[in-house]
Amino acid sequence: MVYRMSSFEIIKREDFSDVTYLLEVRHPMMAKAAKPGQFVIVMLNEHGERIPLTIADFDRKEGTITLVIQAVGKTTKEMQRECRVGTSLYAMVGPMGIPSPISHAKKVVCVGGGLGVAPVYPQARAFKEAGAYVIGVLGFRNKGLVFWEDKFRACCDEFIVCTDDGSAGIKGLVTEGIKLAISKHADIDEVIAIGPPIMMKGCAETTRPHAIKTMVSLNPVMVDGTGMCGGCRVKLGDQVKFACVDGPDFDGHLVDFDDLMTRLRRYTKAERIALERWEANCRMQQQIDAASASLGVSASTVKA
Amino acid sequence: MATKKKTIRNIPQERTPMRERDPKERAKNFEEVACGYGLEDALRESERCMLCPDEPCIAGCPVGINIPGFIQKISENKFRDAYDILTDTNLLPSICGRVCPQENQCEGVCTVGDSLEPVAIGRLERFVGDTAIKEGWINIPYIEPNRHRVGIVGSGPAGMACAADMAKAGCDVTVYEAFHQPGGVLRYGIPDFRLPNEVIDAEINNLKKLGVKFECNTLVGRLFTIEQMIDEMGYHAVFVGVGAGYPTMLGIPGDSLNGVLSANELLTRCNLMRAKDFPDFDTPMPPARHVAVVGAGNTAMDAMRVSLRLGAENVYCIYRRSRKEAPARAEEIHHAEQEGIQFNWLTNPVSVLDDGKGNVRGMRCIRMELGEPDDSGRRRPVPIAGSEFDFETDLIVYAIGTNANPIMGQTSKLKLNKWGYIGTDEQLATSVAGVFAGGDIVTGAATVIEAMGAGRKAARSMKAYLGIRDPGLPYVGVGGPGTLFGIDIKEKNFARVRIA
Ligand SMILES: Cc1cc2nc3c(=O)[nH]c(=O)nc-3n(C[C@H](O)[C@H](O)[C@H](O)COP(=O)(O)OP(=O)(O)OC[C@H]3O[C@@H](n4cnc5c(N)ncnc54)[C@H](O)[C@@H]3O)c2cc1C
Ligand SMILES: Cc1cc2nc3c(=O)[nH]c(=O)nc-3n(C[C@H](O)[C@H](O)[C@H](O)COP(=O)(O)OP(=O)(O)OC[C@H]3O[C@@H](n4cnc5c(N)ncnc54)[C@H](O)[C@@H]3O)c2cc1C
Ligand code: SF4
Ligand code: SF4
Ligand code: FES
Repeated sequence: MVYRMSSFEIIKREDFSDVTYLLEVRHPMMAKAAKPGQFVIVMLNEHGERIPLTIADFDRKEGTITLVIQAVGKTTKEMQRECRVGTSLYAMVGPMGIPSPISHAKKVVCVGGGLGVAPVYPQARAFKEAGAYVIGVLGFRNKGLVFWEDKFRACCDEFIVCTDDGSAGIKGLVTEGIKLAISKHADIDEVIAIGPPIMMKGCAETTRPHAIKTMVSLNPVMVDGTGMCGGCRVKLGDQVKFACVDGPDFDGHLVDFDDLMTRLRRYTKAERIALERWEANCRMQQQIDAASASLGVSASTVKA
Repeated sequence: MATKKKTIRNIPQERTPMRERDPKERAKNFEEVACGYGLEDALRESERCMLCPDEPCIAGCPVGINIPGFIQKISENKFRDAYDILTDTNLLPSICGRVCPQENQCEGVCTVGDSLEPVAIGRLERFVGDTAIKEGWINIPYIEPNRHRVGIVGSGPAGMACAADMAKAGCDVTVYEAFHQPGGVLRYGIPDFRLPNEVIDAEINNLKKLGVKFECNTLVGRLFTIEQMIDEMGYHAVFVGVGAGYPTMLGIPGDSLNGVLSANELLTRCNLMRAKDFPDFDTPMPPARHVAVVGAGNTAMDAMRVSLRLGAENVYCIYRRSRKEAPARAEEIHHAEQEGIQFNWLTNPVSVLDDGKGNVRGMRCIRMELGEPDDSGRRRPVPIAGSEFDFETDLIVYAIGTNANPIMGQTSKLKLNKWGYIGTDEQLATSVAGVFAGGDIVTGAATVIEAMGAGRKAARSMKAYLGIRDPGLPYVGVGGPGTLFGIDIKEKNFARVRIA
C-alpha cells in the first residue's frame, strides 16, 4: 500500500563529481514551506532506509526542492545509480527541523566544508537578503570537487576557496579561511559552519578565542525525524537535545563533537555489510547483463 | 430457546484457554503468539457470561461497549449481530481485543471474576473482529455528504476513530501522517507477534471504504501549520492526535554511549523499518547478545521480546518496583516469562559502563526494597545501601515513558498545559476555535481504547461545532417551541445516516 503526499518525482539531476550529485524533486507544497537550515527524510524505495538530507535550495515558483548528496554508503550510492530524471523517490517528508535563525548580524562568515557547501548556501543567501555583509568560505579536497562557486559569488561580498592541496584558492582547511577573514575583519558577528563533524569542531575551536558566535548544523543518525525515537540525541554542555526537533542548528561552542562522532559510528558494521552485499549484487547483475548480451537473450530470461 | 437462568454454579467453570504458539518456537520468529479462539472456544466462553442485570463490565470499558449484548449474540451464533453491537461503540474490535489491558478494565470488574476467572471478554471481542475481517463485513452506512471538510493530524487510534465518525457524518475527511505508513503506535510500536500488520491494514482499508483519504509523508506543523489548515486550506475543523512520542532517557552516567537507545527507536527500526529483515531491508539494528531493558510497561515487554526474536541470548528486565506494580498487561508479562526473559524486580540502574571505545560494556544496578506509600499510593522503592552489582550487556533499552512531542507547540498557537501536552476542555476543544485534540497528546501515554474513545468524543464535539446533527444521540430537551419534528430549526444541517 502506498500513501503519498506528492509523487516525489525527480525533475533534474546534475553530477558535480563521481561522488557528489544534485537532485531536484518536485514537491510544490514543501517548496513553499521550506526555510534555510531545514532538512528532509528520504526513502529511495520500500526496502530503503530513511536518510536525512539538507534542503540545499528550494524554488517556490517551480515547486522544487534541491538536494545535494554525497555517495558514502549503500543508500546514497544506490540513489546515485537509480535516481534519474523521471523516476520517483518512494518517500520524502519535511521540511524538518527548526529553520536556521537568520539573526540581525551585520557581518557573517558562511563556511561550507565538502558537502556542507550545499546546505550553507540557503543561509548565505538569506543573510544577504537580510542585508548582511556575507563572507563565503568553502573548502574542498581539490579543484575537481569544487561546485556552486557561481551561486556563492552571486550572494557573497567576499569569497574564499580553500583546497587541501592548493589546486584552487588558498591551500589548507576551511579554518585557514576563517582565520584569514577574522584577520581582515575585526567586526564579524557570526560564523555559520556546516560540514563533517571534525570540520565543525575545528571551526568552533578557531572562533572560540575570539568569542564569535558560531552556529553549526549537526547530522546525527536519524530514524523518524519527528522527535519520537531519540536516536538523534546530541550533547550540548550538560544538556541532551534531539537534533531533529530541537535543531539541527546549535551553538558550536556548546556541542560535544566527540560524542557526536562516536555516535555516528554506531552502525558502521551493519552499514558495511549492506554496502558490500549491494555492491556484490550490482556486480552479479552486471555479469548477468554482460553474459546475456553476448548470448543475445534478455536478462530476465537468464534470471528466471 | 429456553434459557435457564445462569448462576455462578451452572456456567462452565474454567475460562476457555486460547491456543498459543510454543514459547521456545515463537521466541525465534515474529508469528502471532496468541492464536485466537476458534468457533467452539468462542461458543463455550460465551456461555460463561451470566448477563448480569447491573452490567458492571460495561462501566469497566472506557468506551462502554454493550458487553453482555454482544456476548449473548455469540452464544446465539449470530456473529454478524455481535459485530454490529461491538462496532456501535468500538471501531477496532480486532485491535482492542488483542491489546486492551482487560484485567484493569472490563474483565477486572466482571462478576464472574469474583469467584472464578472472569469472562474472557477481550478474546471474544477479538473473535468477532477477526471473523468480520475474514468475512469482509463492514458497516458502511448510507452517507449523505455535507459541505464540511475535516483534517485529522496523526493516524493512530485517536485519529482513526475521529476520522471514521466524521466520514460517517458526511464530512470530507483527510488524515495526515508523518510516517510513510499509517497506524501510529499500532504500526511502529506494537510488534507483529502481538498485532499483525494485516489487522491494521484491514482497519485502514475500512476507513478508506468510508471515503477517508490518507496523506502520508506529511509532517503537520512544518509542511503546513494547524492555523493554515483552517485559514488557507479550507478545513472547517481539525483534530490533532499526534501521540506523545518524545522518549525519556534516564539521565545516568553513560546514557549517550553506543548501545543505549530508547524502546521507540528499537521498535521503530524493527517493526516499521523492518530491520528484522536486514539486509533485505536497509535499516540496521544494533547487534546484541545481552540486552537489558529498563522499565516494565507494555513498551518494555515489546522491546524485550523483540530483542529475543532478533537473536539475543540473554534479555533482562530491570524494574525498580515489584511485579505487582508492573504496568504492562498481565498477559504480556506472562508471555515474556514463558519465553525466558530474566526479570530483575526491585532493581534500579545506577550507571552504564563503557568499554573505553564509546560502547556499552555493562550496567551497574542497585537492589531496592519497598518503603512507605507515595502519592500514587504505591509503595515507594528505596535503594538498599551497598547492594550495587555489575553485569555484562551490550545493548540497553530505555522504556521508561514518553513526553509530549514538541512540534505542535513549536508551530501553532495551541495552548499547552504545564507538562507540554495540548490543553483541552471537557469536550476536547483546544484553545483555537475549530481545533480539537485527543489521545496520548492530551492525556500522556495511555491505552489504545482510551485514545480511540477520545477520537470519538472529539468527533461528537466537532459535529456539534459544525452544526451537524448526530442521529445516534437522543436529543433531550429538543421539541419545545422553535423546533420542527424534534429538530431545532436553527440547526444549520444534519447528517442522515442509516444502515444501507
Ligand atoms: C540533518 C542532516 C542533514 C544531512 N544532510 C546531508 C546532505 O545534504 N547531503 C548528504 O549527502 N548527506 C547529508 N546527511 C548525511 C546523510 O544522511 C548520510 O550520509 C546518509 O544517511 C548515509 O546513508 P548511506 O546508507 O548512504 O550510508 P551508510 O552506509 O549509512 O553510512 C556510510 C557512512 O556515512 C556515515 N553516516 C551514516 N549516517 C550518517 C549521518 N546521518 N550523517 C553523517 N554521516 C553519516 C557513517 O558513519 C558511515 O561512515 C545529513 C544528515 C543529517 C542528520
Ligand atoms: C510499544 C508500545 C506498546 C503499547 N502497547 C499497548 C497495549 O498493549 N495496549 C494498549 O492499550 N496500549 C498500548 N500502548 C499505548 C497505545 O499504543 C497508545 O496509548 C495509543 O496508540 C495512543 O494513540 P494516539 O492516536 O493518541 O497516538 P499514536 O498511536 O502515537 O499516533 C500518533 C500518530 O501521529 C503521527 N504524528 C505525530 N506528529 C505528527 C505531525 N506533526 N504530523 C503528522 N503526523 C504526526 C505519528 O507518526 C503517529 O503515527 C503501547 C504503546 C507503545 C509505544
Ligand atoms: S474495548 Fe477493551 S476494555 Fe472495552 S470491552 Fe473491549 S477489551 Fe474490554
Ligand atoms: S460482568 Fe461478566 S458475567 Fe456479568 S455481564 Fe459482564 S461479562 Fe457477563
Ligand atoms: S530522529 Fe528520531 S528523535 Fe530525532
